[in-house]
Amino acid sequence: MENECRKTPLYDAHVKAGGKMIDFYGWLLPVQYSSILKEHENVRTRAGLFDVSHMGEIEVSGSDAFEFLQYMLTNDITARPGKAVYSPMCYADGGTVDDLIVYKQSENSFLLVVNASNTDKDFQWLQDNRKGNVDIKNRSDEYAQIALQGPEAENILRSLATAADAQDVLSGMKFYRYVNEIKIGDVKVMLSRTGYTGEDGFELYCRPDDALKLWDMLCDKGAAFGLMPAGLGARDTLRLEAGLPLYGQELSETISPVMAGLGRFVKPGKGDFIGREALVSQLEGNMSHMLAGFGMIDRAIPRTGYEVYHDGRKVGHVTSGGFFPTLKKNMGIALVEVSCAGEGTDLEVLVRDRKYAARTVKLPFYKR
Amino acid sequence: MEIYEGMKFTKEHEWAREEGGKVYIGISDYAQNALGDIVYVELPETGKKVKAGDPISVVESVKTASDIYSPVSGTVSGVNEALADSPELLNEDPYENYIAVIDPDDLSELEDLMDEEEYREFCSREE
Repeated sequence: MENECRKTPLYDAHVKAGGKMIDFYGWLLPVQYSSILKEHENVRTRAGLFDVSHMGEIEVSGSDAFEFLQYMLTNDITARPGKAVYSPMCYADGGTVDDLIVYKQSENSFLLVVNASNTDKDFQWLQDNRKGNVDIKNRSDEYAQIALQGPEAENILRSLATAADAQDVLSGMKFYRYVNEIKIGDVKVMLSRTGYTGEDGFELYCRPDDALKLWDMLCDKGAAFGLMPAGLGARDTLRLEAGLPLYGQELSETISPVMAGLGRFVKPGKGDFIGREALVSQLEGNMSHMLAGFGMIDRAIPRTGYEVYHDGRKVGHVTSGGFFPTLKKNMGIALVEVSCAGEGTDLEVLVRDRKYAARTVKLPFYKR
Repeated sequence: MEIYEGMKFTKEHEWAREEGGKVYIGISDYAQNALGDIVYVELPETGKKVKAGDPISVVESVKTASDIYSPVSGTVSGVNEALADSPELLNEDPYENYIAVIDPDDLSELEDLMDEEEYREFCSREE
């Protein structure tokens, strides 16, 4: 396994910290260090540090880059300076290519941060649809990414961002804001107040050569604030509890952003874009299935792929589910027929050939 | 972690221990460690008849659901009810906390299982 898998610059640090390494879409990453439950809890109450260097970075530049991205993405990327934009990227039929975050680096240059497993596919899709004066580069090898998440995240950064202007930057930085360059200790990073946990937090992008230094520095300074490294296991339970979609489960070639309840990131008013017609039709209610959050009433754990029934009839399947550590309940998200997606609908989930009662609930499950 | 005298092990990482003609079964330390945080145990119903190697229970961790197979043939005569509300007991002490008690059809089936030394050797090859 190790020979085929790629290592992030932080691989040795994970092993040293007792990380249980697994193959995650071709990357060797820690699924946990000590316990998923403990790491989850620590992010909710103090802070956790995640290596997300496997994420992809694609740079789109050129005098037509803005127009090109407006055509490729469903959200409107016209944003005030320093504001990151989350957007799905869709096929003509509304199916999802990927979901990503757009950072404007300069007037004619944008950085798209994409799912690791989709990087090559996204790059190809952008290339295949390229028009005008646009240059597309896969910059993934030039970035490491560390996510610092949890209520203590800002305090930890403050203890490291010693320059006066850096303190000012942090003070004025709201959720989904970013700065292209700031020094954390003596490491230059792109800093974004974003994350995938449902908590306050930051994502730090740096050169791979600086990653270990940055990681160690955050671990050292963060210890006093209760910071612990956290693995992919906690990353998944945290994002699911916060109702955040995972590509391949809540979004896919057959699950559009509108079906996934992400209609607010589809902006037909901005002009033409790939998937516009199909998505507008879905926004008007023309779709058979959509996602719904649910909680188990009977004692059983719903998991990805389990069948979902209503009045004895199969109406869909679980996209993600499990034991929710903060809420201490068995819950999940299911793709179901639209008529069953309303809040308070009685469902049954098939677990090992037996049906267990569940009921739909409003998303997100957890809100800080 | 203490392994009890005379404890036997399966290749699926269950343990079995005979006491007063009954066979207590559970999962090994290796198993609980591989599963991670255990959040649910589906206990068998008492009176259920099982053959050696039949699924008898399901242990679910945060990440996955894992079938537990009966090390011996017989009838389920009791379960560890404490696991219903505190499944984490299997992480905390997997040898003290059994899952079920079997009234065995044939105690000699235990002889087919690995003893402690063989099991340690087996686990080291699994790494």
